[in-house]
Amino acid sequence: MTTKSALVIGGGIAGIQASLDLADRNIHVYLLDNKPTIGGTMCMLDKTFPTNDCSACILSPKMADAAGHPNITLLTYHEVKKVDGKEGDFKVTVLKKARYVDPTACTACGDCVAKCPSRGIPDAFNYGLTTRKAIYIPHAQAVPRVALIDADHCKMLTEGKCGVCAKTCGKNAIHYDEKDEEVVLEIGSIVVAAGFDPFDAKQATEYGYGRFKNVVTALEYERLEGAAGPFDGHIPVPSTIVYDKFGVADKHGEGTRGPKSVAWIQCCGSRSHKSTWKTYCSSVCCMYATKQAMITKEHGQVDEDIFFMDIRSYGKEFEAYIIRAENEYGINLHRGARVSNLEEDPVTKQITVNYTDAEGNGMSKVFDMVVLSIGLESPKGAQELADTLGIELNQYGFAKTTVYKPLETTRPGVLVTGAFAAPKDIPTSVAEASGASAKAGAFIVKDPSWEPCKPKVYPAEKDVSGKEARIGVWVCHCGINIGSVVNVPEVAQYAATLPGVVESHETKYACAQDCLNEISEAIVKNDLTRVVVASCTPRTHEPLFREACRNGGLNKYLFNMANIRDQCSWIHMHSPEAATQKAKDLVKMAIAKAALLEPLEGSDIPVTQAAGIIGGGITGMTAALDVAAQGIPVHLFERDGELGGFAKNFVHKEDGVAVADFLADTIAKVNKCSLITVHLNAKVTEIPGFVGNFNVKLEDGSAYPVGTILFATGAGEYKPVEYNYGSDPKVKTYVELEKEVAKEPAKYSGKNIAFIQCVGSRSDDVGYCSRVCCSAAIRNAIQLKMNDPTTNVTIIHKDIRTYGFREDMYYMACKLGVRFLRYPVDNKLPEYDGKCVKAFDATLGAEVDVPVDVLALSIGIAPLREEKEKLAIMVKVPISKDGFFFEAHQKLRPVDFATEGVFVAGTAHWPKFMDECIAQGSGAASRMLTIITKDHLVSDGIIASVSNADACNGCGTCVGCCEYNAISIVIDEATGRPISSVNPGLCKGCGCCVAACPSGAMEQRGFRNKQIMAEIDALLERPLMVKE
Amino acid sequence: MADFEPLIVAFCCNWCSYAGADNAGVGRRQMPTNFRVIRTMCSARIDPEFILRALSKGADGVIILGCHPADCHYIGGNYRARRRIALLRLVLEQYGFDPRRLHLEWVSASEGEKFQRVMTDFVEEIRALGPTPVASEKLAAMERNDRAKTAEE
Repeated sequence: MTTKSALVIGGGIAGIQASLDLADRNIHVYLLDNKPTIGGTMCMLDKTFPTNDCSACILSPKMADAAGHPNITLLTYHEVKKVDGKEGDFKVTVLKKARYVDPTACTACGDCVAKCPSRGIPDAFNYGLTTRKAIYIPHAQAVPRVALIDADHCKMLTEGKCGVCAKTCGKNAIHYDEKDEEVVLEIGSIVVAAGFDPFDAKQATEYGYGRFKNVVTALEYERLEGAAGPFDGHIPVPSTIVYDKFGVADKHGEGTRGPKSVAWIQCCGSRSHKSTWKTYCSSVCCMYATKQAMITKEHGQVDEDIFFMDIRSYGKEFEAYIIRAENEYGINLHRGARVSNLEEDPVTKQITVNYTDAEGNGMSKVFDMVVLSIGLESPKGAQELADTLGIELNQYGFAKTTVYKPLETTRPGVLVTGAFAAPKDIPTSVAEASGASAKAGAFIVKDPSWEPCKPKVYPAEKDVSGKEARIGVWVCHCGINIGSVVNVPEVAQYAATLPGVVESHETKYACAQDCLNEISEAIVKNDLTRVVVASCTPRTHEPLFREACRNGGLNKYLFNMANIRDQCSWIHMHSPEAATQKAKDLVKMAIAKAALLEPLEGSDIPVTQAAGIIGGGITGMTAALDVAAQGIPVHLFERDGELGGFAKNFVHKEDGVAVADFLADTIAKVNKCSLITVHLNAKVTEIPGFVGNFNVKLEDGSAYPVGTILFATGAGEYKPVEYNYGSDPKVKTYVELEKEVAKEPAKYSGKNIAFIQCVGSRSDDVGYCSRVCCSAAIRNAIQLKMNDPTTNVTIIHKDIRTYGFREDMYYMACKLGVRFLRYPVDNKLPEYDGKCVKAFDATLGAEVDVPVDVLALSIGIAPLREEKEKLAIMVKVPISKDGFFFEAHQKLRPVDFATEGVFVAGTAHWPKFMDECIAQGSGAASRMLTIITKDHLVSDGIIASVSNADACNGCGTCVGCCEYNAISIVIDEATGRPISSVNPGLCKGCGCCVAACPSGAMEQRGFRNKQIMAEIDALLERPLMVKE
Repeated sequence: MADFEPLIVAFCCNWCSYAGADNAGVGRRQMPTNFRVIRTMCSARIDPEFILRALSKGADGVIILGCHPADCHYIGGNYRARRRIALLRLVLEQYGFDPRRLHLEWVSASEGEKFQRVMTDFVEEIRALGPTPVASEKLAAMERNDRAKTAEE
């Protein structure tokens, strides 16, 4: 039996992350996409919420990682045809669709595209906002970035006449006789990440999409707005776009102008029982519409309105984002507004939005443009794919999963992640993708004949010692992120004049695969000995450029970066001249330091192949089981006397199975697993160490060496001080009520029961939404109504946030006669006099008295900040302003901390539902496995060392200031004198000892005194600043 | 002096304040262009010699940004930086520099807004202090040269 690979279907962000995680633990992966490039929907987006990160900037490195990973084989433009066999031993037949261009020969020069006579074909990547030719490169950041022929429109392939492209191609890469080909792959497990399709806005006939030019979908708007879109980031009013006779949009056509007013209409295709619409909430549209409105505001003074039923900002720091949009950006939020239809002015092409406001008044407002916030639906061909894979879909057409097994399809060995299981945002998709890869990996590594992939072999590093620096410089436009402020050509020309620089280029995206290849090739061709890139920030992109250096045979520490985006163009948008001067300075400084850089080597660090998981709730136990499933031992630390965490409080059922039964089952599995050691009543006091070598110390003096740490410490309940809770027997938390109703349903029959939402959430003191309370209140309300339809149940809320398929619960509650009263968001909590709640009903525009026998408080989730701070300090990880753990990157590293080897999952990260905790727990397990499945890691080369032994007199100043006990005084063998010595395995490279060394003997590699001095000198050898 | 645009060297630690500066960028927080960031792994890496070098070469101000107390990625590097800067300020005064030209502040990775505020305030403070005495020496010398040249003509 041969070693099996994993197959990941879908090359969007979820598929990429799943592939990278598997590949990083040395499992070979086929990453398949039916499109000619990976990147999915995310690469069409302009920015991402809630950080407003540039989508391309954070995705491109991942795409490049996937393309360059030695353990990943990209199968773009492929389709899955047949799946035979069973888990651990699938035979998957895939169809390689003919590109008619040999991807190994094509250099994406674009000559063929320029010469191709077939024009006017709608460009799908840009949603038809412009056109392309029959031979084309999908888009600027396509991976792989090679051309392909659209066989339906090619004259040569349809009529046998033409052949211009083949004649033009200097590499003979074009072959008209290429045929589709079937290939059979040996697969151990499959991850389906086939994504979603946007709702077809033409179904919403009342909005006139397709008839009115200035009504666009949100995805079209992303392309209109995008820096890399057809309009270079200058949003045009569609009716003013100038097209040539071939339908190619003119970027800066005469008369093309930007909008003065834009409206967003939410829930287009979602939350409706109209026959062609979807009943569920698409989960992401409130946030993306707000993001688009904010970004548009940054393009210029635009009047903006968003029309919605409820604003669903339930994710991490989403609520603060909405508040900022409203208060700081002045975006008009029309809460509870329903848009009946749109009308177009035949002359001005402006759009009138007719709507009823929250009070039910008929209103209308005129806009230059209207954006439809289209929902997410299962992709076309989902049923066919499901049939091929032998998996079931749910009633919404998405992959069928359960709350307890959110990553598993109905067929063993076939996992699901991303929006193919349900509409979801990017960080959730990424965390779940890691989770699916943990599950998928288990099927492969348990095969005894499985062999890990061999490490990547790089070209031999060139010897640069004694050679004069030959520096290559690349200055990035970053679409228009840098180029619209900083004069990039001027900076690049300036760099060319600096000492040591042998070549200097400007580039649209330095991080795109073509530029990375260019860097690697230039190192060889032009004998570069240093590389400098001026672009975004080393914090995200340095690894990528270092990899390009290694691919060119250059030591990765001979690379340096100038931050001219995050710390220049983005913060000096209105001072282009001064920002250009600053960029020049930063490039000059980077070059001066680069000239003095030296090649460095990391040292081998042994890894303790065990995981330490703190928190024995659902999340921690899930992670423990997933790690153990791959044969790695786990220490599970629980502060209480029993496992189970907060889920012990739940009395309800999910998918027909009581939470208590699932919990008991999980606890039994954990206790039975020989690889998991459970430590109950465990109080962690200290976690010294570093990635691969942590030591979890407990109060009882015991200590457990582990390679990685997971914080799955959960969260707590908000303790209400409102409504005389504790003294008034009528007032309970919904958790208490749910338990009592389960015990004595009759006691609540026919009673008046009111739920008050957002007690301890979205208040002046607690700024965030606790995500789960709306659904929890509705779950309770439905139970009460099912027990006895005469029970009066009222839910008093600000917004109902039953996102995703939970929307059906909301609908069901309405049908059962649960009353929903909306009180204004900026209002304080409704008053309660012991008998009635005085609730302001926004629909009536008046205060109403709601009589209550039971007042249930929908309490929020409290972060338990103090407990988190105690743990955070042990491994130096940050806490967010709301008191939850703060991950390394909100979008693409949702379960990682910036501190290597430490991870977070579950409600310790943010309030979330059980299925989300389970998926995230698996995700964290996968991230841990990428470390602890290896027996050693290679440390960073940036550490301290005694570089001038003659100057060291063994005074020991450095010993005293090292926080890691990495330095000791030894007797130098050659001279017999005491001298300082650094242990490279323990040194973390802070450089504290270097600054303390009185004799200049200690140096920090990569940050030597002379290197930093060179930066200072490069900056200050210049004329004084001029005022703009 | 109305045209005086200060030039400031900002030292940021890799883990907190450099990330905080990036965070300011991500949030598109606008601020004066008068500073240039030099990245070190930790604020404790900043040798007093770097600060003296920058000031003696004509920087109008130097700002050190580190992790908040107890947040240091390297346990206690920021405390060491604090002690060193406090001492250095005493020395600076003896050299004829206003100690306000050297400033230490804590900025975390999530505090883009604080980075904006700190940098904006520091630029304004230095603007109010006027050009570095080193620069006025240089300018005075340049002026003397110019006058001498004019006299020759």
